[in-house]
Amino acid sequence: MNAPLLLDVQNVRQAFHKPDGDELLVLDGVDLTLRAGEIVGLLGRSGSGKSTLLRVISGLANPTGGTVNYLGHSVSGPAAGIAMVFQSFALFPWLTVFENVQIGLEALRVPATEIRRRALAAIDLIGLDGFESAYPRELSGGMRQRVGFARALVVHPNILLMDEPFSALDVLTAETLRNDFLDLWAAGQLPIQGVLLVTHNIEEAVLMCDRLLLFCAQPGRIVSEIPIDLPKPRHPIDPRFRAIIDRVYVEMTTRPGADARPEARVERYAGIGIGTMLVHVSSNLLAGLLEAVSTAPYNGHADLPAISSDLRMEADELFPVAEALQMLRFAELAGGDIRLTEAGDQFAKGETDERKRLFSVHLLKYVPLAAHIRRVLDERASHTAPKTRFLDELEDHMAEDAAEETLRTIISWGRYAEAFAYDDQSQSFSLENPT
Amino acid sequence: MLIDRLPISVLKSRLVPGRWDVVAIALVFGLLIYLGEAAHGLTQPLAGLEATPISLDPWKLIGYSARSALRMLIAMIASLVFTFSYATLAAKSRRAEAVLVPLLDILQSVPILGFISVTVVFFLSLTPGRVAGAEFAAIFAIFTSQAWNMAFSFYQSLRSVPDELDEVARGFRLGAWMRFWRLEVPFATPPLIWNMMMSMSGGWFFVVASEAISVGNTTLTLPGIGSYIALAIEQRNLVAIGWAIGAMFVVILVYDQLLFRPLIASADWFTLEQEAGLTPSRSWVLTMLRRSRVLRLLRRGFAASLRSASRWGQNLQRPKGLKKPLTQKPTPAWVDPLWYAGILLITLAAVLKISIFVHSGVTTAEIGHVVLLGLATLARVIILIALASVVWVPIGVAIGLRPSVTRIVQPIAQFLAAFPANLFFPVVVSGIVAWHLSPNIWLSPLMILGTQWYILFNVIVGASSLAPDLRNVAENLHIRGWLWWSRIALPAVFPYYLTGAITASGGSWNAAIVAELATWGKERLVATGLGAYIAEATTAGDARRTVLGILVMSLFVVLLNRLFWRPLYAQAERRFRMA
Repeated sequence: MNAPLLLDVQNVRQAFHKPDGDELLVLDGVDLTLRAGEIVGLLGRSGSGKSTLLRVISGLANPTGGTVNYLGHSVSGPAAGIAMVFQSFALFPWLTVFENVQIGLEALRVPATEIRRRALAAIDLIGLDGFESAYPRELSGGMRQRVGFARALVVHPNILLMDEPFSALDVLTAETLRNDFLDLWAAGQLPIQGVLLVTHNIEEAVLMCDRLLLFCAQPGRIVSEIPIDLPKPRHPIDPRFRAIIDRVYVEMTTRPGADARPEARVERYAGIGIGTMLVHVSSNLLAGLLEAVSTAPYNGHADLPAISSDLRMEADELFPVAEALQMLRFAELAGGDIRLTEAGDQFAKGETDERKRLFSVHLLKYVPLAAHIRRVLDERASHTAPKTRFLDELEDHMAEDAAEETLRTIISWGRYAEAFAYDDQSQSFSLENPT
Repeated sequence: MLIDRLPISVLKSRLVPGRWDVVAIALVFGLLIYLGEAAHGLTQPLAGLEATPISLDPWKLIGYSARSALRMLIAMIASLVFTFSYATLAAKSRRAEAVLVPLLDILQSVPILGFISVTVVFFLSLTPGRVAGAEFAAIFAIFTSQAWNMAFSFYQSLRSVPDELDEVARGFRLGAWMRFWRLEVPFATPPLIWNMMMSMSGGWFFVVASEAISVGNTTLTLPGIGSYIALAIEQRNLVAIGWAIGAMFVVILVYDQLLFRPLIASADWFTLEQEAGLTPSRSWVLTMLRRSRVLRLLRRGFAASLRSASRWGQNLQRPKGLKKPLTQKPTPAWVDPLWYAGILLITLAAVLKISIFVHSGVTTAEIGHVVLLGLATLARVIILIALASVVWVPIGVAIGLRPSVTRIVQPIAQFLAAFPANLFFPVVVSGIVAWHLSPNIWLSPLMILGTQWYILFNVIVGASSLAPDLRNVAENLHIRGWLWWSRIALPAVFPYYLTGAITASGGSWNAAIVAELATWGKERLVATGLGAYIAEATTAGDARRTVLGILVMSLFVVLLNRLFWRPLYAQAERRFRMA
């Protein structure tokens, strides 16, 4: 680790002001470094603040606290030498491939001949020859992202930031692009010195990165670092590769500071209150995962990487479901495994009515927001309450869209459990279900 | 076109002119000469207008059409300049936004038609004794019918630039100027073009209405289709009216072919995905622009200079390193209160001025009377919209569900919406006079003559975008008759219908000013209503009553929008969207 330090992020904190003046913490105490020749991965679930961190590093957003140092200079505005590749490609639809690639150089007022030479070189490098005059709309997703790469590389940045660059692509295309990138990187043909990759795909992270930083949400912070010293190119079937994947899963199912003893596990729910954000997971997914784990070959106890590949669900899709089950006490997560509780097993084997009854009991018992809504409705003479009543309450604890999603989740769970009803026309909760 | 979209592989282009070049050269120079001749009349003294009175000779219509078309073009350019400045200011400055956006909303609701006589006096005083003053007044009237919705569309686009494109622009440090031309304008272009078309449709109405202006005792007749038709009405000449209608038909067709088809076809290039329900547009003019070698060279030079122009203000190449810290000076705390206090003060002064102005010549009883007249016009608008809906919704659904019919009818409906309905007024009015019909009833349909088409073509769009799967389900479950209409067709087209109905309702208020009071030769037909009140006040040169009438009408329009259309629209949006 004697390579020069490209990037040094110290104690970065990012908070947004809510309308009522309170602060909402998105990033807290984030430290990270990037050295020349490194690919560092930021792995975490969507909404954990990884993308916010990338924007702070690139200078697109100013942090509330902490410092970002790039080659010894403090970053406080979009920095030359740091370029970004976006998940959604972010191409200008009205510019051709060639013009899209050129725009960064044009903004720098590079002489026209130089722009042309460098743009053609980048197009050539990234394998876009022949597509110069095409418009983004004419290209497939893979080709669009190649343009995204060429556009970022043409300005010869020292650091390339990648914000889930392959997650909008199909599996095969993503693999091709990943491999092409890694080949160019290994051959030293890319005009960049270091890469920071944000991803939620565990396999991708292990395949590409020299170091992994695991991110945890609410507020976003780095909880652990996993060095990956496997030689490249790496192969997913390699046992050492699998071992690292397992280790990532274990780290991701172990909460910081949590006691691993079973009897201490109840304590882990102490943090769940009315203000806990609920990720929207449909009851079908909950039931589906419970069924899958309860039947053979798992019989109530599954290794997460195994069931992830078995169900063809990426970790990012699987974790919210598993954690919702954990919150409802239908399952427990630990050591990279998922284990059904007695109630979970009962649910998986039950008929619809039995499932609904169980779900209703657990929802009202273990999800404080559901219990709260039910209590309010019971107490009111009219047995109705407007949505805004709860939305305002939630917004004391979380951002507006998070509050919306939490309510959406509780509405869909409450409907499934028949614990309360919701009418979208009048935007109000009630105890009446149409009979 | 901002962008050179030529394949870079085309390094050598032959200079020998091709087929399309001949067409292009003929068109370009023909158009230049035609417009140049029309523009010549601008500098003439006012006396010249009277020396060469309007003639009903059909051949003269060629020249008149050119003058009308030129007015439209100038107004459109003015609207674009206004749009780029006003909307940009509103979108970039929080303080300006607080004033400019509500102002735009009100301006959209003010029936400008009633104001023409007032503005004419103002513009005439700017250029005493010249035709230009009257011309500016006419152009200003057309401008006011076009600019607001264009500005509003541009403002909304500026506010909704996708985050990631914004981030790319900021990441590459595009300056404000380059950002405007490379990101914001192209992003806003497709909705802006659509709004320009809508504006143009409304604008023809004003072209016709604003050319023959009477202020008190003097009548100014600018050479144009509108004046031609005014004279034809005076002389009760139905044949001449037929000629005028024909000329207008050609003018709109030419505008459509030369301006909007190419614009729409090229707007396709500004979007990432083909929008559903719209067939890819084709335009022979665009084909010509692309294929003609001479024009291609010109265009490439033009595009290259535009590109470098868009880079003005970008700092010279910076050394690879960091931008200086963005030290944004926070505005002092006293600026905001001062700003809003200033606005409040100006508003109060304006309210005071208006009330004094109106009150000095008008009794409270008359204000009450005007409100009653407003209710009469309101009743007309509501009944007419309801009638038009009953007629056009079923027809629109039936058409929209048949793609082959839609292809034929849709352009016709759009054309009819663009066609200035006031050209047809004399035809109807002469009928009312001939059969001695009640003006209170029979003048009313004129209000919706031009605006009903918005309902039709919006419903057609709605019906044709009904998912085929939904139609299949209906067939599969044997849903027919009333059940089919009430559960499938009507809810499916409802949001689209609303868009059309809102546009139609707004247009009808404006049309009331020319529809409720009509003349045929010496014959005057008056329907009881606010429109007739404004029209009479205008011709009498009574500024107080004109202002009062317009004020009350604006109030009606705003209230109708706020209390009826907006809640309905919000509900439709919530209820009928899937995601």
